[in-house]
Amino acid sequence: MTPRIDITLNVNGSDHDIRVEPRRTLADALRQDCGLTGTNVGCEHGVCGACTVLLDGEPVRSCLMFAVQAQGRRLRTVEGLANAEGLHPLQQAFTDHHALQCGYCTPGFLMLAAGTLERHPDIDDESLREVLSSNLCRCTGYQNILRAVRAVRDSRRLAREDAR
Amino acid sequence: MKPAPFQWHPASSLDEAVALLARYAPEDGRVIAGGQSLVPSMALRVALPAHLIDINGIASLARLEVEAGRLSIGACVRHAAFEHPVEPGVLGRLLATVAANIAHAPIRTRGTFCGSLANADPASEWCLVAATLGATLVAVSARGTREVAAADWFHGIMTTALAEDELLAEARLPLLATDARAGFHEFSRRAGDYALAMSLCTFRVVEGRMREARVGVGGVEPQPRRIPEAERLLEGERPEPETFARAARAAADAVDPLEDIRTRAAYRRDLVAASVRRSLQAACDDTH
Repeated sequence: MTPRIDITLNVNGSDHDIRVEPRRTLADALRQDCGLTGTNVGCEHGVCGACTVLLDGEPVRSCLMFAVQAQGRRLRTVEGLANAEGLHPLQQAFTDHHALQCGYCTPGFLMLAAGTLERHPDIDDESLREVLSSNLCRCTGYQNILRAVRAVRDSRRLAREDAR
Repeated sequence: MKPAPFQWHPASSLDEAVALLARYAPEDGRVIAGGQSLVPSMALRVALPAHLIDINGIASLARLEVEAGRLSIGACVRHAAFEHPVEPGVLGRLLATVAANIAHAPIRTRGTFCGSLANADPASEWCLVAATLGATLVAVSARGTREVAAADWFHGIMTTALAEDELLAEARLPLLATDARAGFHEFSRRAGDYALAMSLCTFRVVEGRMREARVGVGGVEPQPRRIPEAERLLEGERPEPETFARAARAAADAVDPLEDIRTRAAYRRDLVAASVRRSLQAACDDTH
């Protein structure tokens, strides 16, 4: 075993002081050292996207980064979506549109969608389809996931237009 | 599916990185930038580096700028940086088209242009771009700096001219002429998957005739390369579908395709013909 390194991970606005081996992936550090088990680990080699989190607002595979590399960055995980007022609009839309069945891929899809809509609020259908092809779901057939994310994009667009 | 133990060496300057590399490369030390190919290899225990020299903290390597007629791409510039044109000309537009074909969005957030060139996967889009457009690669070590032409860079599957103590610090791409046209086409079985064949073509049209035609093919042989047999059939000809088909057929005949359990050589040859024809047509239509 190589010596452990003391690091601080900022996740959903809170600092977590942890001690990890350099080989500890960010996904495993979130789950096992920070106790944030909402991020799921699927393939562990960057194919499935179940472990997708936001790194300074951008979606990344947390199994393809080492925890030591995430120091000083702002991380967001599925635990950061809901707040005291209730579910995040994407979480509600996934429920409304039956965008999950077993739910294993859901945290990854939610973070992929959250990061994408924040950076590209007017993303077109084709580009959204392309982005959501990043992650794997073996239950839903993807169409309901697309519907859920499109619904949030469209309702936010309406809200922006109403505010003008 | 957990990487084997390694020691982590974050570098804060290029000098520090190459000093670390000189010391640890002989002890199975490697450079990590985006890690989107290296970390999966480590998870699968195909790669077992004892030391990782992490260059992500080196601010100077995030440089991406046009100077003296070429685009300079630092070692930490991510694929995602090219999703929108990085310069207003033909090259910026072409790189945006190519970037959209590289893996998936969350991989493009982390993976780097130079990392792809150092990794030299036969199916790498950036390697095809470098080979076709004639990139210059800047290798830095504690011994000094040298420039390597793309034609001398690739030495086979995932093998390059880079010595073990060298870091690929920068790649330089020549800007394309303002009247150049460029087209890219890639075939893969699933969105974001590795290319089974791809092609990049550029030419100018002067008085109705094609000039300076380049035809590059990647994902087919151990390394991407230009196909002179196809380029010759374009030079001085009119940009027409029949000519494109002839050049595409010549490219298919000229390659020596890799085979695997799902992909026979004859199939890859057919994909080359289709891919070259479509990239030539895309170039023909590239009149902005």
